[in-house]
Amino acid sequence: MRFYEYEAKEVLKKYSIPLPKSLFVKDSDSAFNAAQNLSTDVVIKSQVLSGGRMKAGGIDFANSPEEVKEKSRIILELEINGLLPVGILIEEKKKITQEYFAAVTYDGRAKKPVIIFSDMGGIDIEEVANSHPEHLSRTHFSAARPFSPFTAKNAVAAVGVTGRELNQLSAIVTNLCNLFLERDLTLAEINPIGKLEDGSIIALDCHLDMESEARNTHSALLAEIGVPEEDNRQSRPPTQFEIDAANVDAADTRGVAGNLTEFDGNLGLIIGAGGGSLTLFDAVRAAGGKPANYCEIGGNPSVAKAANLTKLICSQPKVDKVAVMMNVVSNTRVDIVARGVIKGCIEAGFDPAEKIAIFRIPGSWEEEGFALLERYGVDYVDRSVSMHEAAQRAVEKMKGI
Amino acid sequence: MPAMFISIAIEDSVHKDQELCNRLVSMCPVDIFEISEKSQLITVEENLDECTLCNLCIEASSDEQIKIEKLYRSDSN
Ligand code: SF4
Repeated sequence: MRFYEYEAKEVLKKYSIPLPKSLFVKDSDSAFNAAQNLSTDVVIKSQVLSGGRMKAGGIDFANSPEEVKEKSRIILELEINGLLPVGILIEEKKKITQEYFAAVTYDGRAKKPVIIFSDMGGIDIEEVANSHPEHLSRTHFSAARPFSPFTAKNAVAAVGVTGRELNQLSAIVTNLCNLFLERDLTLAEINPIGKLEDGSIIALDCHLDMESEARNTHSALLAEIGVPEEDNRQSRPPTQFEIDAANVDAADTRGVAGNLTEFDGNLGLIIGAGGGSLTLFDAVRAAGGKPANYCEIGGNPSVAKAANLTKLICSQPKVDKVAVMMNVVSNTRVDIVARGVIKGCIEAGFDPAEKIAIFRIPGSWEEEGFALLERYGVDYVDRSVSMHEAAQRAVEKMKGI
Repeated sequence: MPAMFISIAIEDSVHKDQELCNRLVSMCPVDIFEISEKSQLITVEENLDECTLCNLCIEASSDEQIKIEKLYRSDSN
């Protein structure tokens, strides 16, 4: 669950992270009053859950309340990546002499949180990582033990920051890590952190993402910063494909089949098991494939549920083939999923042998499942073929290799 | 759509044993059996493909009173 910048800044404030003064408003008259209140040059920032605000014209500067009013009116009506802002943030404009980057997230490979710090803030951090790796540090820490400020200091010092800046930035990073751990965040990023002419350091823009499942745990905080309970924070409204898939899942309580996110590609995906869905999705993309959807399946769904999901995916005009791939399964049965996907294909009017690019689900009842797949001529592989190899095969089939 | 993968045959003798019929209806985990208006044990067509092959119905009956056929297997293993 992503926070708007104005909400995220309220949260940062609670963790004593220094910020410029700002006021969140919803119309241009209030923007005028806010600018009068701040009585300085200001930045007007569109509050929209999308990146690329600056490029899209969602951030502008103004020197007088009149100018703020005029520019606010334009920004409030400006759609960014299909989204209209919920309001604007009127913020003091600060003179910056140096920019830094600090983020805390989980490193899936290391299975630990990681601090990413750079003394080249304000620009795309991937670019810094590629062209100036010496300006970026990655410091892992434990999510199980209390956070040590020494770890933050190491992360900042690793890119050569010293003296007063080191102390100030270490304090910010320490607070950011505590916020990350205490509030079940998946990402806590401040970019840029700005050093002002007087040497003080403040957070200029930030991005916080909270585990959706943690909303109940932090309901008091969310209420305090004004996040309504019913606000699901999707970055865009669900597509009809996604709604239909959710309905398939909701109609039958057995297992999971329908947690779907739509993409632009042509390869339908039915994937899952023990984190396998993310791995497989990435594997398809790494092999040059273009997924039409992300969709988890697991928990032993009924044949009817797997069939309805498959039918839905196969029926999308953009879907040329589907790949059915999972990690090794134990409670989900291979034969039940095989029955479901074959039935779904046929019900959608397709030959499973043609429509299913690959079936790779090893595990319980696989012998029965493989017999079924053989009977219908579906290309299947067992656990001797890795998830990455299976994804590669599916992509090659799409390309007619 | 008719069942594609599973077919279940019920021998006539089953219908005479109401207790067995009731037991089969209640024990099948995927509701494949039901009692018809004529008090006969019948299968629910749309649930047939959900058969988990748990064999509970076979164990509860005797002498091949219930036969399950996997339509996708030529050897019907
Ligand atoms: S084998 Fe199990 S699931 Fe299948 S019909 Fe018999 S009791 Fe029902």
